[in-house]
Parts: sequence; C-alpha cells; structure tokens
Amino acid sequence: MNKNQLKNQHLWWRAGFGPPADQVKELSKQRPEKLFHSILKASEERPVFFDVADPELKEMVSQPMSPGKMLSLKPEERQMIRKQSVQDISKLNIRWLDEMTTGEAQLREKMSLFWHGHFATKTVNILYDQALLNVIRQHALGNFRDLLFNVSKTASMIQFLNNNQNKKGHPNENFARELMELFTVGRGHYTETDVKESARAFTGWGTTPQGEYNFRPRQHDDAVKTFFGKTGNLSGEDILEILLTQKQTAIFITRKIYRFFVNEIVDEEKINGLATQFFENGYDIRGLMISIFSSDWFYDQKNIGSQIKSPVLWLVGMRRQLPMEIQNPLVQLVLERLLGQVLFAPPNVAGWPGGKHWIDSSSLMLRMQVPKIIYRSDAILSKPKDDDDIMMGMRDQALAKNIKRLKNPGTQFFQAKILWDEYIKNFNETTEGSIYAAIRDILLQRVMPMNESDMIKYIDESSRDARIQSITIRLMGTPEYQLC
Amino acid sequence: MRGFSPLQSALWAHRNTSYVNAKNNIMLINRRKFLTLGSLATGTLMLPKFLKAFEAPVQVFGGNKVLVVLQLSGGNDGLNTVIPVRNDIYYRERPSLSISKEKALSLSDDAGLHPSLTNLKALYDEGNLAILNNVGYPNPDRSHFRSMDIWQTASNSDEVLNTGWLGRYLDSQCMDCSRPTQVLEMDDMLSLALSGEHMKGIALRDPKRLYDTSQDPFFKEMLNAGMNQQTEDPGSYLYKVMSETVSGADYIFQQSKLRPSATVYPNSEIGKDLKTIASLISSDINTRVYYISLGSFDTHVSQQEKQAKLFGDLNEAIKPFTDDLKSNCRFEDVLVMSFSEFGRRVGENGSGGTDHGTANNMFLISGGLTNKGILNEMPDLSNLTEGDLNQQLDFKRVYATVLNKWLQADDYKILGRQYEYLNFI
Repeated sequence: MNKNQLKNQHLWWRAGFGPPADQVKELSKQRPEKLFHSILKASEERPVFFDVADPELKEMVSQPMSPGKMLSLKPEERQMIRKQSVQDISKLNIRWLDEMTTGEAQLREKMSLFWHGHFATKTVNILYDQALLNVIRQHALGNFRDLLFNVSKTASMIQFLNNNQNKKGHPNENFARELMELFTVGRGHYTETDVKESARAFTGWGTTPQGEYNFRPRQHDDAVKTFFGKTGNLSGEDILEILLTQKQTAIFITRKIYRFFVNEIVDEEKINGLATQFFENGYDIRGLMISIFSSDWFYDQKNIGSQIKSPVLWLVGMRRQLPMEIQNPLVQLVLERLLGQVLFAPPNVAGWPGGKHWIDSSSLMLRMQVPKIIYRSDAILSKPKDDDDIMMGMRDQALAKNIKRLKNPGTQFFQAKILWDEYIKNFNETTEGSIYAAIRDILLQRVMPMNESDMIKYIDESSRDARIQSITIRLMGTPEYQLC
Repeated sequence: MRGFSPLQSALWAHRNTSYVNAKNNIMLINRRKFLTLGSLATGTLMLPKFLKAFEAPVQVFGGNKVLVVLQLSGGNDGLNTVIPVRNDIYYRERPSLSISKEKALSLSDDAGLHPSLTNLKALYDEGNLAILNNVGYPNPDRSHFRSMDIWQTASNSDEVLNTGWLGRYLDSQCMDCSRPTQVLEMDDMLSLALSGEHMKGIALRDPKRLYDTSQDPFFKEMLNAGMNQQTEDPGSYLYKVMSETVSGADYIFQQSKLRPSATVYPNSEIGKDLKTIASLISSDINTRVYYISLGSFDTHVSQQEKQAKLFGDLNEAIKPFTDDLKSNCRFEDVLVMSFSEFGRRVGENGSGGTDHGTANNMFLISGGLTNKGILNEMPDLSNLTEGDLNQQLDFKRVYATVLNKWLQADDYKILGRQYEYLNFI
C-alpha cells in the first residue's frame, strides 16, 4: 500500500471518524501534514450549537416556576415531560452521530466525544444534556481551564454529582471526590482531607430550575479550609485553580488523551514530554493535539491499527466510508445499546472503559454481522437490555417507534439505502485485478490473515458492481475492521 | 448421539449423577472426547489449541454444584414481595398498595408472600426456599445503572470496577481454557457481572441460534487463518474471542441436545430460559453459573399489575424448573439466587407505585439448603433513613458464601476482601 494512504487513513481514524468516501482518491496523494492541517482548520470554526429540545418543553421550563407549582404538577404531566425529554435526548444522540458523520470539524467532534467520556454524566434532562454537550463542543479544542470551569458549573454536572445537595454544615463530597479522582489529578494524588475540605469549598454551587448556574451564598461555607497546602476561605473556583497548578493534572489528562488517540499502551516518556508542554502552555488543548498529530511517532507501525474502535466510532466510520441514508435512524441507538456505548448514558461517572471492554462474544458477533444486515436492510435479531434509568417505567421508544416488528419482540430492521454509486465511482479507474486489494487497503488498517485467494468463494462475481459491493461488505465484517 | 443406540441414549438420559462411579466418569469423558474429535475430523476447524483443551480432562463432576442467578431488573419492591403482614407502619405508608394479610401467602406470623408466588410458597413449605431480608450495601445509590453496577461488580458504593464478580470467578477457574462456558447468560447481551479481566462469559438466548451464527463458513475460515498469528495485541484478542465463541457455541449446542428437557414450560422468556438451563444442567456441560434476568420491576406507576404480571411469569416458570431438577435428582446441587439492584421506598407515591429505595430481600431456592425459611429479621419500618430501609446485611457476604461454600472458589481473591460467611448452605 501507498505509505501516505496508510498514514492518512490512520489520521482520519484517530483525529476524526474515519476517511470519508468522497476523499478516497486523495488518500494516496495528500501528505499527512497537509491533511492534518485541513482537519485542524475545519475544527477551529466555532460550533453551531445543537438545539433539539421540544419548543413547548423549553417554554415550560423557561418560565419561572415556584416550587409550589412544580410540586402541583400531576403525575401524568411529570410523566409526559420525562417522556418528551427522553425522546429529545434520542434526537440529540442522532443529531450528534450525523455531525460526526458529515461534519467537517472532525477533530473537534472526536475531541468532544473524548471529553463526553471524561466528564461523564447521565441525566434524563434534555436541556441539561444539550447544554453540557454545547459547552464541551465549544471548548473541546480550547483551553482545559475554561472547559473545567464551565463544565463544573453546568446543571448536568451539578445534578449528576449531587452538588445541589452540598450545603454548609452538610457537605456532599461526591463532586469534590470525582473532580480529583477522575477529572484532574487522578487517584493516589490527593488525600481524604483534600476531598473533605474541597467539598466545603463547593457548598452553595447550585442551579436554577432552568439549569443556569446559581451560587447560593447562604449555603456556602465561608470558614477557613486547607487544600493542597493552601489555607484560606477558599471558594470552589480557588479549588479548581489550585488543581490546575498541579502538574499532575496535565500528566493525568495527557495520559488519558494519549490512550484515547494514540495507543492504549502508554509511553510514559512521551506522555511526560507532552504533559510538560501542555502544562507550560497553560493547558492549550489544541497545541497538545498538534504536537501529537504532527509527531513522527504517531505514525509508528505499533500505533496503526492497534485500537479497538468504540461502537460509536465503528458505526460512524461505516457511515463515512459507505454513505447511506438510514430510514429509521433510531435503529442506531439499538446498536449503541447492544454494543455498550449509548451517548449521554455512560455506564458511570468514570465513562466508558474502552479497549478490550468493548468486545465479548455477543458484541463481536454482532459487529461482524451488521454490515450484512445493513446491506440487506435485514433484521437485528438481538434485543438490548432495558435501561431503567432512562425508561423509568415507560415503554421503550427506541424499540417501539418507527420499527417493523417480527414475531420476536424487539426485533427490528436496519432500513438503509446505501448510496453505492457514490462509493463505487471511487474504483472507476481501478483495474479488475486490483479491486480487492484497493478496497482492502481502504477499509483495513491492519493485515488480514485470510488471503485473497481464500476470499474469492465468498465474493459475488456476477458483475463488477456486485463484486465491489460484496468485497466491501465482507471486509467490513472482519475482525480487522474492528481495529483502527 | 452418533455411535450410540437409542437404548444407550435413553440410559444416559436417566443417568443420576449421584450414582455415577469413577468408571462411568472415565467413560463419559472418553465419549465426549470421541464426539468432539469426530466433529473436528469432519469439520474444517483445525485449531491446535482446541485439541489441547479437549485432551485435558474435563472436570464435570469434581464440583457439581450449580448456581442460577436471577436478576430482578429495575428495582423490585421487596416489601410487597415478602410482606410484613403484622406491621402497622407498612399499612399506614401504603394505603392503596399494601397487600392484606388475608391475600398474602402466609409464611410465618409476621410474613406473607406476594399472592402470585404460589409455587415459591410451595417450595417454602417443602423447606427448599430461604429468604434473606435487608440485604444491601452502605451508602446506597438510587440510580438503576449505578446500583446494578455495584451489585454486578461487587464493588463498594464509592468505587468503580470494570469487571464483574462472576467474570472474576471465571478468571479464577478458566485462566487458560479455550471456551469460557463455566458462566453463561441467557440473553443477547453479556452483563458486566460475567465480564472478567481475562475471560468473559458467553451470552446466548438459544443454543441453536448461537451455534448457527458461529458456524458461518466465512467466519470459520477467517478464524482458521487468524489463529495462526500469535501476538499480544487487540487483533489476537479478537481472534481469541472468536475462537472461544465458535468452540463454546459448538459445545453448548451439542450439550443442549444430549438430554433436552421434556417438561412443559410456559412460553415466556423466563420459561424458555429456564428450560434451556434445565436441559444444560442435566447434560455433561461444565457450566457452573447461569445468569438470567426478569424485568422491568421499575414500578413507579401501576405497581400492582406490573409486579403481579412479572411474578406470575416467574411463578409459572419456576415450577417446571424445580420439577425437572427434582426428577433428575439435581435439586440438591442447584441453587437459585435472586436479587434486585435496590428495593423501593416504604411509602407509596401518588401514582399507584413506589420510587427507588435501598435494602431488599433475596430468595435462595435449592434442595440443598442447610438453613431454610426466613433467615433474618423482617425490615424494621420504625427505623428508617429518609424514608428508606437500612441495610443490615452486605450482599457481598452472600456472594462470598456462595463462592466459597457452593462453588468452592477463592472468594477472597474474587471479591478482594474477606467477608463473613452465612449459613444457608
């Protein structure tokens, strides 16, 4: 394979969601540095915020409502609000998948997916969810300080980690603990006293019913606190600042970014170098990412094809490589559920563990069958588990809506029209003898042990188009396609 | 049953494991070896590692205890399951949802069972049911997912683990084995509970369907080609999972055909699951743990109907299952253990339901219980924390007991801490 092609594809998979079909011809021509420059440039545009919330729901929530009136809502009304909110979160999920698929700002969205797993929250409130996502997308490539400050003040975070209940005299330590364990310095770099003292500093951090940050001075503990050796009447902001003065925060974040974007197996020497620069540049995320993607070692053989794609990357990557119109977009949520990565519903505050955790016998078998299922607009025979946090005793709308049912409840079809013309034209100039290799080299970042001569019997040779289609679907159903 | 007469098959089907002597034991293993080698010779699958695994003695009767974990998903309302029929607070807090002493199936002076659970009541009367009350963990979490994670990973409430307790059991039993069939889940998706650090259990709804999927010729040919590359990276991990799936699916399917249950089960999901499990238990399979779920018990609204429907399904399915086990003389070797991620609040809500609570009860069903009936105090409704029950018994003690006394596993290694054992087995 052409050297540039492998590197460019590597870049597309790591700095984005895979090479798009309309760029296939460029893959072997462009220099990786140039490609990175264009991805970066597109990602520097200010994002268009997502707003998928039902207007009536927003209207209802935006009106100042006295606690008395909130309580007077009938159970059915509460149920309706929740139901609408859950539906809108599904819409937000699909909206974001579409952005990842067709948006130009690939690095920003990929980075946002990283931060979404880092600042993992799960609410059933569409307004909170979309507000947090918008904060993340706005600062994804900006400054980690801004990101940390803004995320900490979102209703989503304040509610998820119970800071609304963190009051003077009755501290709730949940946010303070996770802030250090998961968001900044990491486990082993703080003491239980630091947790207790900083929890007091965050007392009074709350939100309005509309989801705006709201500081409540009367609930704030004004007494002296000692945190990481600093003593005084520390505020929540002071705590965040002190954590940012710890180089360990830069190391912790850099290591996590390295594992997500480069390799699960870390190289501490490289991480230290990157972290030092990240720290000295005042937590400039963009600069850190430029250092990673412009380095020679990023393209080392050991880093290529060495990661198991997350379900979202896998799904979006297929859509980018094989353009398609999905008639029932909610079916994507069923796949997210079956494969263990539902956007806006990370498993816990630590986010998705990733790597080998994505794969067990059920998820691997399903992943390998899905290309064929899409090709034939076939049924997904597996049924996901219930998510009671989201359903709250309601009917499962992802399974109930827009979906043809078979005898087996929960069975549904992946109804998609693959835009084969757009795909096949990339191979117009490919000679017959090299079609297999050409498709393989675009789809797989890793050598496939089964060779072409053994593959032939599984390929539909009835026409050139049929051959291209059949090779593509087969190769997408391989273990190697799970890697990037 | 290739190579066996119908008479021999019939004899095998009526085999009683308690009477199998050492000689039969060897015969069984030889027969299995014969069958698997036979299928290898005719198939395309030629994996050296499998052959190695088959040559090793397969330990089936070394420990023949089986655990069936029944997960009541969604947070089952324990107070309407084992009902405190003489407790005024219960009736006061639940004006519309409480179940009267007359309707409840009487267990003792103080306790009655939900009216839909007639077959569990019969098991109780036979001495084959035990109940643990007030089971939970300190600092309870009211999110379904989080609390379920805590139960499935056996973590404390303030720690996050990425492996499940049964997955770690599998790790301890199956470090280098070619098919992780010691723990099986009856589902399309594998629960975290069965996911270990090195090994992951297999989830299946139907042995035939799993087998058919795994026998795809393209799939198998890829596997053949891929197994030859031996490197320690994600690529070889994928091939390892594939090979375990193919090998496991084949093994499970062959076993499921050995002595399929002839008992009539209800056509519900749990009915089908328990029928599959009963068939597998009476086969020679090496599975020690089966995992099934029933739900959703998240009864914020219309609790009466929802809980009665789900308990009805459980009740109808458990009877043929225990009958099967009894007629195969395996009931002493099988323990069914139920749990739910949390109980529900003591007071009912305004929608004919209950909201998320804390401590809960667990059922233990087996012909091999050493302590039966209601094993500890009924919930103390006069001593609540913010309207919720206080847990008296850490669920990890129940796990430790089952791992140590039933599965003969190293509970300390699997749970990471030493818990005091209980005496029900």
